[in-house]
Amino acid sequence: MQHANILEKKSEASSSKWTILQKSFRKNWELYLLISPVIAYFIVFHYIPMYGVQIAFKDFIATLGIWDSPWVGMKHFERFFNSYYFWRLIKNTLIIGIYTLAVAFPIPIIIALMLNEVRNSKFKKFVQTIIYAPHFLSTVVVVGMLILFLKPDGLINQIIILVGGKPIAFMSEPSWFKTLYVFSDVWQTMGWSSIIYLSALTAVDYSLHESAMIDGASRLQRIWHINIPTIMPTIIILFILNAGSVMSVGFEKVFLMQNTLNMSTSDVISTFVYRSGIEQAEYSFSAAIGLFNSIINFIMLVMVNFFAKKVNQTSLW
Amino acid sequence: MENTASDKVFNFFNYFFLTIIALLVVYPLIFIISASLSNPLHVLNGEIWFWPKGLNFDAYKKLFSNHDIINGFLNTVKYTVVGTAINVVLTIMAAYPLSRADFVGRNVIMGIFVFTMFFSGGLIPSYLLIKDLGMIDTFWVMVIPNAVSVFNIIIMRTFFQTTIPLELQEAAMIDGAGNVRILLKIVLPLSMPVIAVMILFYAVAHWNSYFTALIYLQNKELFPLQLILREILIQSQTSDMVKSTSESFLKQQMSVEGLKYAVLIFANLPMLCLYPFLQRYFVKGFLVGSIKG
Repeated sequence: MQHANILEKKSEASSSKWTILQKSFRKNWELYLLISPVIAYFIVFHYIPMYGVQIAFKDFIATLGIWDSPWVGMKHFERFFNSYYFWRLIKNTLIIGIYTLAVAFPIPIIIALMLNEVRNSKFKKFVQTIIYAPHFLSTVVVVGMLILFLKPDGLINQIIILVGGKPIAFMSEPSWFKTLYVFSDVWQTMGWSSIIYLSALTAVDYSLHESAMIDGASRLQRIWHINIPTIMPTIIILFILNAGSVMSVGFEKVFLMQNTLNMSTSDVISTFVYRSGIEQAEYSFSAAIGLFNSIINFIMLVMVNFFAKKVNQTSLW
Repeated sequence: MENTASDKVFNFFNYFFLTIIALLVVYPLIFIISASLSNPLHVLNGEIWFWPKGLNFDAYKKLFSNHDIINGFLNTVKYTVVGTAINVVLTIMAAYPLSRADFVGRNVIMGIFVFTMFFSGGLIPSYLLIKDLGMIDTFWVMVIPNAVSVFNIIIMRTFFQTTIPLELQEAAMIDGAGNVRILLKIVLPLSMPVIAVMILFYAVAHWNSYFTALIYLQNKELFPLQLILREILIQSQTSDMVKSTSESFLKQQMSVEGLKYAVLIFANLPMLCLYPFLQRYFVKGFLVGSIKG
C-alpha cells in the first residue's frame, strides 16, 4: 500500500504530458467517447480530402486510385498558369471580391449607426424585422427573383420603358454581371450583417455623450467621435475576415447567375473548377486549381491579420 | 433629450432613409406575392405594381399537381429533419467536452476543427472521396458530408462555458454522477435556448442548400426542392430570351410565368410563416456566437 503511494507520487513528480492525458482519460473517458465520432467525421470528410489533394501533383487514373497514380510534379499548375483562362479567372474573382468588400462591407455599419439613433422603438423593430428577412431566402430564390425582375419584359425594364428609356438585357449583358451580383448581395445581407454592429453599439458609454452635449457637439459629431471609435475593434475583426476571403468568391450565386452570354465577366475560379472537374472529369487539373485557390486564401488571411496586428493591435489570433 | 433644430433635421433624414431602405427590401417580396395571385396576362403586360390584379389561384393549383415540385418538397423536408437531427446531436457531442476545462487535449482537438475553417482540400478531392464511399445518388450524401459546422460548435461551446454554472456540475460530480448523466440531466435542460437556435440555423441551411445536391445527385427522384426551383426559375430563362409569337407558345409561357411566382412563395412558405416568431431567437443565437468574435 505504502509502496504504491510512493510510486504514484514519483510519477506525479515526473508528470509528463502523457500521464496527465492518461489520468484525464481515465476520469473523463465518457467525454472522449462522446467527441470521438465528431473527430472521426473531421478526419474522414475534411482531412482525407486534404491528403487527397496530392492528385494535383499527379495524373489521376481511376483504376490506380489516388495513391498509385503517377507523379507529374507541377504540370497541372503550369498548364493552368499558361492557359488563356488564367488571367480572366483571377481578374473576375478579384474584382468581384473587392467590389463586394467595398460596397457590402460599409453599408451594414451605416445602417447600424442609423438604427442606433432611432428613439421610437416600434419603428426600429419594424425596420429590423423587414431588413433581416432576406437573409433567410435561398440563393436559388434570390437569383430567381433577380431573373424575373430583370428579364427583357420584367418589372425593371417596364419602368425603364415607362420613363422613356431603352430596355436592357441585364442578365445576358456581361458589363452588368458584377453590379447585379454585388447589389443583390447588399439587398440580401445588409440587414443581417448590421446586427453585430448594433450589439457592439450597446457598449457605448452614455456619459461620453452627455459631456459632449454640454460641449455643444452635434449628433453627427457625437456619432463620429464616440460611436464609431467604440465599434472600431468589431469593424476591424470583420474587415480582416472579409478581406481574407476576397479571393474565395462563393460558387453558389455566381454559378446560378452565369450563362453562356455573360461568361467573360462571370467566370470565377470556383465555377471553373466545377466545370472542368465535375462536368469534364479532369480531376487532377481542377484539383490543382482548387489547391492554388485555397493556398492564396490562406495566405491572404494570414497577411491581412498580420497587417491589422501591426497597425491596430486588433487581430484574430 | 435636447431638441434643437439640427437635431430635428437629423431625425427627419434618419427616419426618411431608413424608411426608404425598408421599402427597397420589402417591395420585391410584396410584388412576388401579388404576381403569384394575379392573372399571368396582367403580369406579362406589366400591369402589376402593388396589389394583385385578376385574382386567381391557377398557379397554385398547377403547383400542387406538379409531381417534381411536390416530390422535391417532400425530399427537402426529409433532408432537413434527418440532417438537422444529426447536426444538433453531433454539435452537442463535440461542444460539451470542449467546454470542460478538465478535458485534457481540448485545445488540440479545437485546433483540428478550426483549421478546416481556413483551409480545405477543395471540391475535387471531396468529390472523389464521396464517390469512393459509394455515396453518390444516395439519401445519405445529403446529410453526412456536412454533418457538423465548426462555427456552430464554437457558439455552443461558448454558451456552455458562460451560462452553465460550473459549481452545479461539480456538485453533481461529487454526488457520483457520471459525465454523460451530467450532460443529459443538468447541462442540456439548461441549454434549450441555444439548442433551439442551433436547430433553426441548421434547418435553414438544409432547407436552402442546393450545392450538395447539384454535385452528388443525378437521380431526379432524390432532388430537393431547391434544384427543382433552379430548373423552373433559372434554367428556363434561355427560352425566355427567344421571342416567339405563336399563340400556343404564348399560352404556355403565360402559365409558366404564374407558376414561377407561385413556386417562389411555396419554397419560402415555411420560413415566411415561422420568421416573425423566430426572429429574436436567430438574433440571440447570432449574438451568442459573436461574443467570442
